Amino acid sequence: MRSFEYIRASKPEDAVRSGATIIAGGTNLLDLMKLEVMTPETLVDVTRLDMKSIDADDDGVRIGALVTNSDLAADPHIRRDYAVLSRALLAGASGQLRNKATTGGNLLQRTRCTYFTDTSQPCNKRDPGSGCAAIGGKNRILAILGASEKCIATHPSDMAVAMRALDARVEIRGHDGEIRLATLDDFYLLPGGNPEKETILGEGDLITSIHIPKPEPGKHIYRKVRDRSSYAFALVSVGGVLGIEGGKIAHASLAFGGLAPRPWRNAELEHALVGQTPDAALFDRAADILLADAKGQGDNDFKIPLARRTLKAALRELTGVSQ
Amino acid sequence: MKITLNVNATPHDLELDPRTSLLDALRDHLDLTGSKKGCDHGQCGACTVLVNGRRINSCLALAVMHEGDEITTIEGVGTPDHLSPLQKAFIRHDGYQCGYCTPGQIMSATGMLNEVAEGWPSNVTADLEGDTDLTREELSERMSGNLCRCSAYPGIVAAIFDAAEEDRPGADQKSIEEKRVAAE
Ligand SMILES: Cc1cc2nc3c(=O)[nH]c(=O)nc-3n(C[C@H](O)[C@H](O)[C@H](O)COP(=O)(O)OP(=O)(O)OC[C@H]3O[C@@H](n4cnc5c(N)ncnc54)[C@H](O)[C@@H]3O)c2cc1C
Ligand code: SF4
Ligand code: FES
Ligand code: FES
Repeated sequence: MRSFEYIRASKPEDAVRSGATIIAGGTNLLDLMKLEVMTPETLVDVTRLDMKSIDADDDGVRIGALVTNSDLAADPHIRRDYAVLSRALLAGASGQLRNKATTGGNLLQRTRCTYFTDTSQPCNKRDPGSGCAAIGGKNRILAILGASEKCIATHPSDMAVAMRALDARVEIRGHDGEIRLATLDDFYLLPGGNPEKETILGEGDLITSIHIPKPEPGKHIYRKVRDRSSYAFALVSVGGVLGIEGGKIAHASLAFGGLAPRPWRNAELEHALVGQTPDAALFDRAADILLADAKGQGDNDFKIPLARRTLKAALRELTGVSQ
Repeated sequence: MKITLNVNATPHDLELDPRTSLLDALRDHLDLTGSKKGCDHGQCGACTVLVNGRRINSCLALAVMHEGDEITTIEGVGTPDHLSPLQKAFIRHDGYQCGYCTPGQIMSATGMLNEVAEGWPSNVTADLEGDTDLTREELSERMSGNLCRCSAYPGIVAAIFDAAEEDRPGADQKSIEEKRVAAE
């Protein structure tokens, strides 16, 4: 690990330091610093800032950026009203990691692309312009949607998938102290020609909290398919909330993990479900819409049928319709 | 950097490079070598310690970030003369072969049983708002952050169940003890 200067922030202003990198739980950043994939010169420890509360009311919940993944998953409001979020958190990492990982850090964890973490390999995300070793290389875990010719990495977070389905917004404190809110759709950028830029965050921006509106009543699920049944990243995951009234789908919000450079959501798919009577043909149509633009890269071709089956299984579970 | 670390209820003044992980501080600076380094990347659980009562991987923690926290290592949960219930149960059930993962298993199980007592759900809990019952499936899921290269899992599972039974509110300690004596 390269040496760095360590600074402990005691107020948000301290986090705004030119060239400094924020550290929260450290479970992703330290991992990458050991590999010298990330080499910050200054680390600002924000863990003593007052961003650890979960405030729920009738309209929604505000989750401090430093709330740990385990505290969030176990919170009674989250378990009752935002179950997909509890489920997604509990499906991720391990008990030890969830005790350390924070809400803000989880959103900003980096891809698990094995070339990204191997500094001997070309990688546009780590070293812009060097190329992408994953295209034509080992890409079993990488993206089938939203990728570009420069990068086919996936975003690995489970939590972010649930938050995307729940219309979460990220509260950001800018370097000037100004607060702004961004939907996750706006927050995460697609790789395009600049895969090194993953979010709208700029220098001196601090995530302070996440706001989630209270979802409409319905069933919540998070379905994660992975290589082993625990302590593994998603190959494909589906999370969401769906409500049925009078035998028809009244509302549906679904997000997908493991498929794309950011938690994926498809408005057209949800639109096609609403107002319909759930049945197998409808679920197939939904999968057609999701995967219309899907592109395999070789090793990861299997994700296309896997995503179809996972979505259909999720819809069967959400609607209770097994045919 | 000068810092004070509270480990096993004892404050220690240390001069550390900020790069020092909590695991390296414990092993290389405080000579507390019970916590083990398996992967150094959060993937195996051998380095598990408690920070303010909660289990974490000490390899993915900077020592300087834990000034003021209460850190508990395997050396702090029991001594050869006064073993913790989990330590005794690991011996009774042969919860190890080489023993390398054992301190991490015991620290993790210590933290895990607290989490169950607090009513935390897990990925396999059917009802998020229901009671938390430590079934076999729950135990495996909750302990999945600790790998055992020797695959001593059957003994590890039996040991944790045994210690958990003793921990259970209203447990009949006498009959538990009698059963143990009979088994031995
Ligand atoms: C073995 C292993 C298995 C895992 N399995 C899973 C899994 O199955 N599913 C899953 O979703 N995740 C998994 N993870 C990843 C884990 O969830 C993340 O490492 C964790 O959520 C990151 O949170 P942190 O607080 O530790 O972040 P840090 O490592 O502290 O930070 C991560 C990034 O966020 C930035 N940052 C942190 N807080 C803020 C803030 N408030 N404002 C601005 N920037 C900030 C940091 O600068 C850094 O770039 C796994 C990790 C490991 C090591
Ligand atoms: S897919 Fe992205 S992260 Fe992986 S090697 Fe290519 S550019 Fe790097
Ligand atoms: S050494 Fe820390 S998890 Fe493996
Ligand atoms: S006893 Fe050898 S690794 Fe577990």
